[in-house]
Amino acid sequence: MKEKKAESLLIEMRGITKVFPGVKALDNVDFNLRYGEIHALLGGNGAGKSTLIKVLTGVEKPDSGKIFLMGHEVTIRSPRHAQELGISTVYQEVNLCPNLSVAENILIGRQPMIRGCIDWKEMNSQAAGILKRILGIDIDVTQLLGSYSVAIQQMVAIARALEIESAKVLILDEPTSSLTTNETEQLFSVMRKLKSENVGIIFITHFLDQVYEVSDRITVIRNGKLISCDDTASLSKMDLIIKMIGRTIADLDEMVKIKNKTTRNVGKENVLKATDFGRMDWVEPMDLNLHDREVLGLAGLVGSGRTETALLLFGVDSPDSGSLEVGNRKIRKYSPNNSIHQGIALSPEDRKAAGIIDDLTVRENIILALQAGRGWFKHLNSKNQTQIADKFIKLLDISTPTAEQLVRNLSGGNQQKVILARWLAINPRVLILDEPTRGIDVGTKAEIQKLVLTLAEEGKSVIFISSELEEVMRCSHRISVLSDKKKIAEFSGQVDEHVLLETMAGSG
Amino acid sequence: MNKSSVSLFIDKFTSSRLFYPLLALALILVLDGIFIPDFFSIQVRNGDLYGRVIDIMRNASTVMVLALGMTLVIATGGIDLSVGAVMAIAASVAAIMMNPVIIGLELPPDLMKFMNDPNFTYSPLWEVILVTLLVAIICGAWNGALVAHMKIQPMVGTLILMIAGRGIAQLITNGVRIQIFYQPYAYIGQGWAVLPFSLYLAFILFGLIWLLVRKTSIGMFIESVGINPKASFYSGINEKNIKMLVYIICGLCAGIAGLIASSNIKTSDANNIGWAIELDAILAVVIGGTSMAGGRFSLLASMIGAMVIQAITTSMYAIGVPAFALQAIKGFVVVLVIFLYAEPVRAFFQKLTLRKAVKA
Ligand SMILES: Nc1ncnc2c1ncn2[C@@H]1O[C@H](COP(=O)(O)OP(=O)(O)OP(=O)(O)O)[C@@H](O)[C@H]1O
Ligand SMILES: [Mg+2]
Repeated sequence: MKEKKAESLLIEMRGITKVFPGVKALDNVDFNLRYGEIHALLGGNGAGKSTLIKVLTGVEKPDSGKIFLMGHEVTIRSPRHAQELGISTVYQEVNLCPNLSVAENILIGRQPMIRGCIDWKEMNSQAAGILKRILGIDIDVTQLLGSYSVAIQQMVAIARALEIESAKVLILDEPTSSLTTNETEQLFSVMRKLKSENVGIIFITHFLDQVYEVSDRITVIRNGKLISCDDTASLSKMDLIIKMIGRTIADLDEMVKIKNKTTRNVGKENVLKATDFGRMDWVEPMDLNLHDREVLGLAGLVGSGRTETALLLFGVDSPDSGSLEVGNRKIRKYSPNNSIHQGIALSPEDRKAAGIIDDLTVRENIILALQAGRGWFKHLNSKNQTQIADKFIKLLDISTPTAEQLVRNLSGGNQQKVILARWLAINPRVLILDEPTRGIDVGTKAEIQKLVLTLAEEGKSVIFISSELEEVMRCSHRISVLSDKKKIAEFSGQVDEHVLLETMAGSG
Repeated sequence: MNKSSVSLFIDKFTSSRLFYPLLALALILVLDGIFIPDFFSIQVRNGDLYGRVIDIMRNASTVMVLALGMTLVIATGGIDLSVGAVMAIAASVAAIMMNPVIIGLELPPDLMKFMNDPNFTYSPLWEVILVTLLVAIICGAWNGALVAHMKIQPMVGTLILMIAGRGIAQLITNGVRIQIFYQPYAYIGQGWAVLPFSLYLAFILFGLIWLLVRKTSIGMFIESVGINPKASFYSGINEKNIKMLVYIICGLCAGIAGLIASSNIKTSDANNIGWAIELDAILAVVIGGTSMAGGRFSLLASMIGAMVIQAITTSMYAIGVPAFALQAIKGFVVVLVIFLYAEPVRAFFQKLTLRKAVKA
């Protein structure tokens, strides 16, 4: 092209427009990436971030617009083509094969060969080395990927993308949504190293602190439109939030007020009481109780047993020790279906595998658990279903053209809201939320935290699990700490963050 | 209608599940109309309609009935290979109940002389049908138990009955082909009331199953289990019950298909009834656009798929293609269907029709 400016840029996207039925996901968006910079791409849920990435990596074809790679106009035909051009990507939805081993997932397509066969030993040791070197984690790479937690799977996806040597551009779509602080730090140091090697990095996240920690520039999009592109240093957090969601977020003082108010409401009565409750390989026997109108936080590191505790309380499998009482009645049959009847709900951590039914509509996904509780024949008629769906689309501000949209077409954060809606719809007495705000934008995150406290005020009890300690502390009346599959401590009232952190690490 | 509503309608229609099966059916019928003389001619005799097209529909009714059950099974991510064998079992059960003399049952001598009588049956017809269908349901429940409770892969689990079923059918009749003389029974497959009776049967069954799955939550649960079993379980859906139900319905459909088939040829022919028909049934479902991986399904589309299969078969015979070549042609159809249903091809066609509509 005639403009020489384009040549000093690694990537330039001009006037990108992408329309889906009923949604203009991208509306004439410009974006550019320099050599050796970390560029944060920000915006609320459904803003169009992932779509922009998909256009850049050949997953989606833009309706109009041009892409320049190192000054030359390119048409990116497929993800494979993008990779050949040196664009390496970690997509928001982990797209690895759960049925292959970790090593295979990392090295697929580049397996070390020996006399025409795959050299398994070499492959396993290479894969283990990569994980260790890049993210500092040590796991058995011969195990199936699906047997590991979401966090590990995410790290495998990152390792796979980082390992492509010729990469000039690295794209990370919410790579840190389930990583702990340590792992995030590891990732950042790799990113900085790549940056010094002149690789350009596009980084999408909803954690604004991370944005300020690593990024050089920030591009904000909202409702598919480009809002701004600034140097990180010149943009205050407050301004950034206003650009992203068009308003300021629910203020913290208000949250504290609501929490103080609801603290007085917390009853003495046990809504849920687990005694000596555990299951081999999941969690060691523990006592856990949840009071009327209480929010109980579960804190702990990845692998500490929080998710397993949640799954066990919800009856995904039977405990092999102890008992569970709900409202003074002992649970005899452990199954999700029975839990629904007892008024227990679980919004699971693994949105893709255990949450959304991607080929069903938003409406069907929302009423699914409610209908499953009612059984085959007490069928909610379509008017009722639509009413319920619309109510929650409004309440949680789910961005979708209609309730009849397939859930697979929603943005990641909006899919998360649909799962939340599914469980709110059964109007449970006990609501177990495992990472309910993962992938949710800053504005909505605050709304959900507020919602949790409001639910407690309205008479529900909540078990709240989150990797973000701040969030757990803000919402919970009481916090149980797990470590190494054991419950090791409990705090009520005001807790000091450092004490909590130390306890979680097992040194408290 | 203005421009946009036309294009909207076309868009809606081309993206509808019925579009491709109907297109395929239309294509075959048009080809038939060109190559086979008098293809569309219909005669009226005693108020009943006869003709090649009617014949195709009558012959399709067996596969239609099977495709209904198969659709539900495939929607859960399963498959039922045993439907042909269950048809044979059903035929044997029905035949032996109407004409038990063959296996040397001691009949009162005054009954013996009625054995070739078209007005004679040992058990009353309603009893015959009831018991036959009950046996078919038990067959379905067996498959369901293997798949849902024993967690055997559907392909393997239903293979057992596929292989053993014909043996069981032989055992029931003591290895003999039993003739069915009883005239009212013949009505099931050969009866006519303006249109062939078996066609009504297929559509009534379609209506009943449609009501069962779409006017309750069963249909949504079936799709949900087929799309994401783990998430369905977490949402409180009892996957085992759903799977049991679909295999039982599939067994029941195979039983009805067995009644139709044996009434057509007036014998229980354990070796030939329903031979290789599971492939036709599966193909019908695939043509109807239900993914073999499970998920969204359309009963009506599968019914049309069954007609497509039958239309292909009948036209090939009419043109004089030998039976062995027919299998090869069906194989080609499978490839074609899979190609046409692939996402990029669909997107291409939709764009094409949309552009035309906008121009118009
Ligand atoms: N395949 C599709 N079909 C229809 N609509 C789609 C499709 N993919 C995305 N959309 C819509 O485009 C919009 C932008 O989605 P996108 O996934 O880019 O959002 P995002 O910014 O990544 O959000 P999040 O933070 O939640 O991940 C959303 O409204 C979404 O519903
Ligand atoms: Mg996204």
